[in-house]
Amino acid sequence: MTTLTPTRRAWLDPVHRVATVGWASASAGAVCCVVVLVAVFAPWLAPHDPNAVDPLNALAPFSAEHPLGTDDLGRDLLSRLIAGTRAGLAGPLLVVLASGVAGTALAVSAAWFGGWLDAVVSRVLDILFAFPGLVLAITVVAVFGTGFLAPVVALSIAFVPLVARVMRAAALRERSLPYVEALRVQGFSGRHICLRHLVPNLAPLLFVQAAIGFGYAMLDLASISFLGLGLQPPAADWGLMIANGQPSILAGAPQQSICAAVAVVVTVVSFTVVAERLATRFGGGR
Amino acid sequence: MSARRVDAQPMDGAAVDGAAVDAADGDLLRIDDLRVELPGPDGHRPVLRGVSLRMAPGEALGLVGESGSGKSMTARSVLRLLPRGARTTGTVHVRGTDVGRLDAAALRRLRSRDLAMVFQDPRATVNPVRTVGDFLGEVLREQGHSRTAAEAEAGRLLAEIGVDRVERRLRQHPHELSGGLLQRVVIAAALATEPALILADEPTTALDVTTQEEVVAILDEQRRQRHAGLLFISHDLELAAAVCDRIAVMYAGTVVEVLPADRLHAEARHPYTRALLRARPGTVPPGARLETVPGRPQSAFDAPATCVFADRCPAVRDVCRTTPPEFRAVGTGAVACHLVPAEVLRG
Amino acid sequence: MRALLWFVGRKLAGVLMTVAVASLAIFAALYVAPGDPASLLAGGHQPSPDALARIRAQYHLDDPFAAQYWHWLSGVLSGNPGESMVLGEPVTALIGARVLNTALLVGYASVLILGIGVTGGIVSALGRRSLDVAITGTTTVLIAAPAFVAAIVLIWVFAIELAWFPVYGSGTGFADRIHHLTLPAVALSLSYLAYVTRVTRSEVRAAAEADHVAAAAARGLRRRTVLRRHVLRNAAPPVLAVSGVTVAGLFAGTAVAEQAFGVPGLGSLLVQSAARQDLAVVQVLALLLVAAFVLVNMLVDVVNAVLDPRLLRSGESA
Repeated sequence: MTTLTPTRRAWLDPVHRVATVGWASASAGAVCCVVVLVAVFAPWLAPHDPNAVDPLNALAPFSAEHPLGTDDLGRDLLSRLIAGTRAGLAGPLLVVLASGVAGTALAVSAAWFGGWLDAVVSRVLDILFAFPGLVLAITVVAVFGTGFLAPVVALSIAFVPLVARVMRAAALRERSLPYVEALRVQGFSGRHICLRHLVPNLAPLLFVQAAIGFGYAMLDLASISFLGLGLQPPAADWGLMIANGQPSILAGAPQQSICAAVAVVVTVVSFTVVAERLATRFGGGR
Repeated sequence: MSARRVDAQPMDGAAVDGAAVDAADGDLLRIDDLRVELPGPDGHRPVLRGVSLRMAPGEALGLVGESGSGKSMTARSVLRLLPRGARTTGTVHVRGTDVGRLDAAALRRLRSRDLAMVFQDPRATVNPVRTVGDFLGEVLREQGHSRTAAEAEAGRLLAEIGVDRVERRLRQHPHELSGGLLQRVVIAAALATEPALILADEPTTALDVTTQEEVVAILDEQRRQRHAGLLFISHDLELAAAVCDRIAVMYAGTVVEVLPADRLHAEARHPYTRALLRARPGTVPPGARLETVPGRPQSAFDAPATCVFADRCPAVRDVCRTTPPEFRAVGTGAVACHLVPAEVLRG
Repeated sequence: MRALLWFVGRKLAGVLMTVAVASLAIFAALYVAPGDPASLLAGGHQPSPDALARIRAQYHLDDPFAAQYWHWLSGVLSGNPGESMVLGEPVTALIGARVLNTALLVGYASVLILGIGVTGGIVSALGRRSLDVAITGTTTVLIAAPAFVAAIVLIWVFAIELAWFPVYGSGTGFADRIHHLTLPAVALSLSYLAYVTRVTRSEVRAAAEADHVAAAAARGLRRRTVLRRHVLRNAAPPVLAVSGVTVAGLFAGTAVAEQAFGVPGLGSLLVQSAARQDLAVVQVLALLLVAAFVLVNMLVDVVNAVLDPRLLRSGESA
């Protein structure tokens, strides 16, 4: 969330060091590929039906038939984890896309037109920064209801100021370059210059920002669904599984929560390492 | 200091010409064959190649040389302020005490009571988040003065060095003062503990020319009043000659010549000193080329192992490349050069 | 001194404006939502037409927007922000019981962050190298621990396996409360704690390498004096700034910690109200949390400017 940003910037330094280690970033890349593939082919990969309830077999430990055990309703955990990859990846993807587009649009407009538009946009961004991201997300969910879409919308709004700040600085720098002036002299419209030249030149930076934001968005969405404000039962969502598995821990069967938590952490770390690697390659500013 | 003492300055351990070796205890500062090596990427490199100096109490000695000559390092050695991993041989005695042998507590006492150093950049010396008054009084409070006494003393010092609106200045922070004013504050702090020796490492280099003269004048006046010694480091020969009693010229980590400041032009013997004296705009008629010393300044590491100036000397001879010249008394000073005729040397 | 007053005044004005605009945005959220505001305020049920009419009257929903906003705002400011339509209780009653728990939790977490974090950072920077390596390695791992993952692991290890701490609830009486709030406070503070440790370490190291520190040693000051007055004192402003920002962020993070550990606090109330779409409560809580967040940030800026007067000129935070 916006409030956690400084924490995350600090995390990127050790991640960066890991990312530059060849085998570490290679294995992170492999994990990412695996997760994406699992998400794409989920229905065919799951050994059991993720929603098949089997109360007699609830909270079973690891076994050949259920490699990760079962949850409190007897559903196979491995299948549920596999099923959860789709929502787990789709959400962050939408968040970075939406915030990237909106943030860049705001930033480029502010940078291009300057003057009062820039001042207004900057003020709005300042106000948005004042909202701790989680509070914003919860408020939006309160208004629009729980589910998949509301948290995604809320988080996109929370991420916009972060993206916009970086892109605005970059757009201002880009705008002062000589080629922009040359294009204006040639009579091209502002819209043309922005869309056909400015934005494509800023694309690598945006890509890196999106890659880094992907990991954070995943973490934040998992937090929101952990709170019960995202997808609702019986959906197979990792954050939800962690929350629902809490009572089972008391019963001495922590596998539901722990397996889902491991899935979240491993995926987030892998994507962030890969993103850092891309950042080094493409030179994205943070 | 009697004239005799100024003349006879045997610098090596052995008495060169049989002239009286002065009693060591009377000296304010005595550096004997100081050699310093600093760790580098390929092992240790020499920075000082045998520096020997003597200062009498209340004397002002100028240490002049180009960058890399080792003058700063010499001053730091007096305070034992060398970087980690430095290797030293030779000795430094301050008022008869061997600095190298002091334990941490004794070294602190030496630094806070007997010595004081003024660095080149005042903004690098003073803590930016504390007030000027705090900086001035800090050492006094450390020595046991009460807070009010230290503050009063700080105010008195500021007034003495010509700072106006003392009360206000004491409450201000370094960034609110100009460079020249801040350097005066640093000098005042150096004087606060009544040191026996003040070491000034290019104290005016970071200031503009008019401020330079003011600051140097204050430094000179204050140290005379207090009978403190002054080791004045500079790359500016003229400036040093104006303030100091004697000048020591350094090149590539060693002292090549020492002579009284008022005899500088008349009796400079070492080719390097002569070249420095000639390389000033005033020495040539307008329109003529300025004289320069050929080549680049060398550090102790780069210079030849025999005579350090051999690579750039206009009058170099074969003997210069085979035998290191000894540092010998001559006339009113001392010099290390093969070219000085033997009969001129005191014998 | 005058510069400081100007600075505080400017910051205060900024805070007021931000909170004012935020309150407007929070209030307007009611209208952004799809559907009739009246039924939304009723909490998503399908109330009878009488109930709807009552809601309209109570919330002045037929008045112009500005008047409604004024009614709401003045209600909040005077301590009477209406009642929850879902639970039927006044919002103040709901909040009152929970403020203590949240305040204690945030305070506890802050103490952990500042106490352990800053101390750890100083030890890491100035102590022996083996300790530094150990601390750096630990913080690298912990920084990435989101509160809900930390909560799960803590529950599993300390509540079940080791049974040192109770899992749920907030307890009664002060000492019991602290015992109950330990695990939530740790879960909440873990990643921030690691972050503060790292920042403290790098700031103290940078301060120790400053030229004026060497000059202070050259003046013959004791090592302890130099450390206290020149190294730590100079590292304090940025460390405080960072600590302050993380403490401000705690107000948001309590939601996760309280929910995970079943602590009846403002955060869990916010989450539960959001799930029930009880907008009246959500609006008030959101405004409270935003105000607290912005206020703490401002206090941090002011303390920083006092410690480092150079900041008074720019008017920006460090």
